[in-house]
Amino acid sequence: MKKREGFSLVTYLLFTLAVLVTLIFCVCAGSVSVPVKETVSLIWRAILGAELPQSTAKAIILNVRLPRVICVGFVGASLSICGAAMQGLLRNPLADGTTLGVSSGASIGAILAIAFGVSIPGIEGGGTVVMAIVFAFLALMIILSLAYKLDYTLSTNTIILIGVIFTMFAGSIISLLVTFAGDHVKSIMFWTMGSLSGSSYGNAVTIAAAFAVCAAVLLSCARELNAFAISEDNARNIGVNVRRVKLIVLIAVSALIGVSVSIGGTIGFVGLVIPHMTRMITGPNHKKLLPASIFAGAVFLMLADLVSRVILSPLELPIGVVTSFIGSITFVYIFYSSRKGRG
Amino acid sequence: MLEARNLSVRYGSLTILDNVSFAVGDKQWVMIVGPNGAGKSTVVNAVSRGAPYTGQILLDGKDIRKYKSTELARKIGVLAQDTPVGYSFSVEEVVGLGRYAYSGGMLSSKSSGDAEFVERALELTGLKELRRQSILTLSGGEKQRTFLAQVLAQDPELLILDEPTNHLDLVFQKQTFALIKNWIEETGRSVISVVHDLSLAKAYGTHALLMHRGRLVASGEIPDVLTRENLTSVYDMDVHDWMRKMLSQWEDGQSGNLPV
Repeated sequence: MKKREGFSLVTYLLFTLAVLVTLIFCVCAGSVSVPVKETVSLIWRAILGAELPQSTAKAIILNVRLPRVICVGFVGASLSICGAAMQGLLRNPLADGTTLGVSSGASIGAILAIAFGVSIPGIEGGGTVVMAIVFAFLALMIILSLAYKLDYTLSTNTIILIGVIFTMFAGSIISLLVTFAGDHVKSIMFWTMGSLSGSSYGNAVTIAAAFAVCAAVLLSCARELNAFAISEDNARNIGVNVRRVKLIVLIAVSALIGVSVSIGGTIGFVGLVIPHMTRMITGPNHKKLLPASIFAGAVFLMLADLVSRVILSPLELPIGVVTSFIGSITFVYIFYSSRKGRG
Repeated sequence: MLEARNLSVRYGSLTILDNVSFAVGDKQWVMIVGPNGAGKSTVVNAVSRGAPYTGQILLDGKDIRKYKSTELARKIGVLAQDTPVGYSFSVEEVVGLGRYAYSGGMLSSKSSGDAEFVERALELTGLKELRRQSILTLSGGEKQRTFLAQVLAQDPELLILDEPTNHLDLVFQKQTFALIKNWIEETGRSVISVVHDLSLAKAYGTHALLMHRGRLVASGEIPDVLTRENLTSVYDMDVHDWMRKMLSQWEDGQSGNLPV
């Protein structure tokens, strides 16, 4: 009989376990380390709603680190699955929110919302989230339609080139907004490098909800993404509704990147590096690649966040510095090796 | 089963295809022939829904633009000239995607019988040994066989071939065409193919469309279309004798078995 294409339940349990272990580890470690036992018991009591001791450890763990690490995990998972989906859809291993300029687009939206005080009554930070999503989608549409005009095959070079141009353009807009923003400058600078230091449980709920919806949509498109990853023409020939699937994937991706950016700022290269490394292990089939990217992205970003917290302790590096450092080196490696492969 | 009425394609002021009408019946192998720039591939692109056109294309009496994409893929399968591939999918994964149109929507899984279709297609094309191999490591002929297996797994009622053996050697061309001939005889399906080689058209086709500068010069059964008179008017030289001489290369051993 035919073997299944996705992972088995046991593999999923192992993945989940890996994420939980990393989460506990990242919550314990930091400038003040808290023993694992105390951390676990604190979290457990909080979940059960039991009475909590009034200690520094409690404040650090439950009020500062736990919401932050949860947000980091979801942002990592989101950026990673978005990168994997775009790399499949565009049949381009260098596609990602950062290289395509989608993250920059989302940043413009978020910054506009802060600078002009756009808000949605009743929802804290709602204006920033919505503006980030809208601008992420607009950026993606602009970049792809420009690329299509130049070269309808959407080749690697064209997309990267236009992504770079768009990112520079977005950078100048952001600088312009910063100049006019006055008091808001400090919170705006935060978007450009990415940081999750101020994350709240509210943020965690927002990103978790967005992730649940968008990841479900992307996972349901795994087969279509396989077809796109072979070739868009081939996808059309075998009966994929090419336009509809493309639109669905692009909307899901920009919504999820938009929410991620509105919470964590522009965190570069996660969506590029993680799916690429995952693909080396799982192969290009999206039934495995997408779920594996989710877990790998969560683990990677939680660890990167830990590094950003402790490496210059008590100072804190923006997380984007850590990921961009690792990411740009990997980017160069992928670019050169994919060039060589094509001869 | 397929009928094109007054098919025209224009890019700006340029007319690529001018008022072409033709029909394809069951068990027919229609060869589209003509010199470069005659509009052969344009006809195929219009039918396989890649290119915009004016006029009407009816499939079983219904406009092909009104078909849902999966519904159409169950009726029409396309083997392109060349499919550039990006990632290292295995032969089996590529062939398995040929069953996409039968999976019914995004959320549902495989329908029953998919595995048999995939196995049969792998066997017919001699790819069983290569099933786990990455398509990036295949030779041009093996890659094209993989996509042929995919379209056979798709099990369409009408198979469209756009010069699928163009850049491949003679042995491969012969094996592919013999295989498709067997497939038509076994399943009673129809094929439209664009070919450059007139002797190939004559050896395997049942019907032909002779095209020149976007117009249909002649259509009908092969012997009535590929006449000396018609060919000379289109190619501006006597290619008829040449075609007859070349015909012998296709004649022996049409067993349809590809080497593994």
